[in-house]
Amino acid sequence: MTNNLLFDFTVDKAAKTVFITREFDADLSLVWDAFTKAELIDQWIAPKPMTSKTKYQDFKVGGKRFYAMISPEGQERWAIQEYTSITPKTNFKMYNAFADKDENPELPGSEWDHTFSEQNGITKVSITIYNESLERLERILDGFTQGMKMSLSNLENLLATLSKK
Amino acid sequence: MIYSSLTNMFSTLCRYSATPCDFNLPTFFLLKKNLRNQIVAHIFAANRFRIKSNNMRRDIFQAIADPTRRAIITLIALHAMTPNAIADNFNTTRQSVSKHLRILTECELVKQEQKGREIYYSLEIEKMKEIDKWLNQFRKIWETRFNQLDNVLSTMKKQKK
Repeated sequence: MTNNLLFDFTVDKAAKTVFITREFDADLSLVWDAFTKAELIDQWIAPKPMTSKTKYQDFKVGGKRFYAMISPEGQERWAIQEYTSITPKTNFKMYNAFADKDENPELPGSEWDHTFSEQNGITKVSITIYNESLERLERILDGFTQGMKMSLSNLENLLATLSKK
Repeated sequence: MIYSSLTNMFSTLCRYSATPCDFNLPTFFLLKKNLRNQIVAHIFAANRFRIKSNNMRRDIFQAIADPTRRAIITLIALHAMTPNAIADNFNTTRQSVSKHLRILTECELVKQEQKGREIYYSLEIEKMKEIDKWLNQFRKIWETRFNQLDNVLSTMKKQKK
């Protein structure tokens, strides 16, 4: 899907903060739902070939979403998001931390801030992610590279099978 | 393309390793846990006991982990400077500045050049790019994610109609 929608990704290393801004061709209420309702989040948050599974979600201040990113070989990486502030259809903040499958968090985590605004049917979302350590960022990436590695080896197998024919 | 960017990233990681390791991707994943433990152990040992070995080179992320070093990087990004000129910009001692310069040199983020009696420090731009390359991987994750969200949103819009 090609479009002219804004996508901005910058990292302030000194502030250990990632800034992401993206526009979506949909009205505010749809985008807000896609970011705050677990059944919708699970449909897009995991970059393929990873998948996302939410065990439970309670979208209110102090409430949590407990979920896993699942690699193609079925490996689950659990994490907890705790909602720290919610202004409906405008902003929500959460604290995200890796966890084990029994919901024990592995601190430190990262602080997420989402701001939503709509203009002429285009909704802009600005996300800032504050990470206490770059090492943690690396662990996030590590999970995804494993997923990518799996899809690469799948591709290799497929190519090998095809070339035999 | 994915393979080569992964290999780049792992080669940075492998550099920590005390034992030589090749940058072969499947091997890396087989060794991963051991290797990572080894990397962590090595960093701890090096920090705690200030072990200096010829094999061990520091990592660029260690270089940018300190605010003074980031300020030094910003300074010398403009033009090469002598340690004294750099130190003039800080309220710390010359020794402290030269310690930071040593770390930056070990990380290969800065290079030294002798001009007459003075040593000039300047930035290794190529090395800085390594950081960008690494961060670019996150950008790609978000790109994929948002493209998926575009699809979800367009499905939602259709369902609404």
